[in-house]
Amino acid sequence: MVDKFIEDEDNKVSVDTKIEDRIGDIDFNTLKSGGLIKQRQKDMFTVRLRCPGGRVPLSKLGKILEVARKYAGDYVHLSVRQSVELPYVDYRNFKAIYDQLMQVDQEIASCGPRVRVPTACSGCEYNPNGLMDTQKMVKLVDEKFFGYELPHKFKISFSGCPIDCARTSEMDLGFQGAVKPEWDEDTCIGCRICAKACKEGAIECDPRTGKPKYFPEKCLYCADCIRACPTNSWRERIKGWIVRIGGKHGRHPIVGHKLAEFISDGDVPRFIQTIIKWYKENGKEFGRTRIGVILQIPEKWNMFVRMLRNELGEKIIKNPKPPTKNEIHFE
Amino acid sequence: MGHKMSNLQIHGSLNLKNVACPLNFVKMKLKLEQMLEKQILEVVVDDGEPMQNLPRAVKQEGHRILSVENLPDNSFRLLIQKDGGLKDGR
Repeated sequence: MVDKFIEDEDNKVSVDTKIEDRIGDIDFNTLKSGGLIKQRQKDMFTVRLRCPGGRVPLSKLGKILEVARKYAGDYVHLSVRQSVELPYVDYRNFKAIYDQLMQVDQEIASCGPRVRVPTACSGCEYNPNGLMDTQKMVKLVDEKFFGYELPHKFKISFSGCPIDCARTSEMDLGFQGAVKPEWDEDTCIGCRICAKACKEGAIECDPRTGKPKYFPEKCLYCADCIRACPTNSWRERIKGWIVRIGGKHGRHPIVGHKLAEFISDGDVPRFIQTIIKWYKENGKEFGRTRIGVILQIPEKWNMFVRMLRNELGEKIIKNPKPPTKNEIHFE
Repeated sequence: MGHKMSNLQIHGSLNLKNVACPLNFVKMKLKLEQMLEKQILEVVVDDGEPMQNLPRAVKQEGHRILSVENLPDNSFRLLIQKDGGLKDGR
C-alpha cells in the first residue's frame, strides 16, 4: 500500500541515499521502508526518526534541530509511537539529512510491513512505580529486531508496571512489568498499611490481629504492598514481564490478552523471535494481515499456542485467551 | 486496634486531618527535616487517600513507621522514626 495521495504506485524518485541497499531510482514503497513518508505536497516527505522508547539524547536532539532548521518545516511532530518526525523535507535533501544525522548516530526509522521501533514508558530508573527496566529492554529489542520483514506491521511496547502507560494490550506484542508479592508472618507487626495501600482489595487484614490475607486472583502485581510495608514483611516472590499478544489500533482495534507471566529479561528475545518467526511463516497466506486478526481464527490460535508450548514450555499460562475485537456495533 | 508502642518518646507531633495529598506529605517532610535522626514524629492522618499514599512515601524517603493506631474518629495515628528506614526497602 502506498500513501493515498500518490496517484501512480510506480512513481519513482531519484535519491542518492542508500535505502535498503538500493540507490538511485527508488519507488515510494522502498522509501517508506526507510522511514520516508510522502506528503500531499509535491516532492515533500516526512522523515521519521528512530527513537526507541521515545528517548532522545540531547546530543542527538541538538543535531536534529540543526538538520530540521536547514532542511525541514518549522516544527517537528512527535508521532503517536514516540518518534520525532521532520515534515516538509524535499527528497533531494535526503542524502544530506541522512549523512548529517549519522554524525551523531541518529538513524531514520521505518514504516511498512516490518518490526517497528519499540515504544516504552519513561523507565524504572526514576519512575517510582516502575518495576522492570523498560528502557534497557527497548534498546536491546530495537537493536536485535528493528526492521525485520513480516506480512504486516508489528508493534512492540514495554510498560514498567500495571499502570501500563505503553498500552501493551494494544500492541502486536506487549511486555508489562509485574511483581508477585509474598508475606512473611514473623516480621509483620499487623499495622494494616498493606490493606490500605492495595487499590484492588487483594489484601484484607484480620480485624483482631491485623495480619493480612492475600487474594491472588484480585492482585494486579503492582507491588504497592511491598512499597508501603514498614517492616518489609511483604516481599518480592517473583518479578518479570507479563506478555500480551495480538492487540492493535486502527479502524478495527483489537485487545490482546495475557500469554505468559513473570518471564525474565533474558526470555524476552526468545519470545519475540519465536512469535515473529511463526507470524512470518503463517501470515503469508493472509497477505497484509496483522497477527491479532490471524489469531482470532480458532485453528490458528490453537496451532499458535501449541507451537509456543513446544518452544517455550511452562512459561505459557494455562488458558491463554485469543485477542478480542473492540466492537462498535452491539447486538 | 493496631500496634501500640506507648513507651516510645515522641519528639514532634503533627495533625494532618483534613489536609489533602500531597500537602500532608509536604508538611510531614518539612517537620521531619527539623528533627534529628532517629527521633520520632507522631502524625494523625485521614483514612482513604492519605492512608493509601503516605506510608509508602514515608518509606521511600528512608523513614520508618513504627506503629499504626486507628483512632475512634477513623483517622490514623502513625509514629514515624526519622531516617529509620530498613536497608532493603524498595
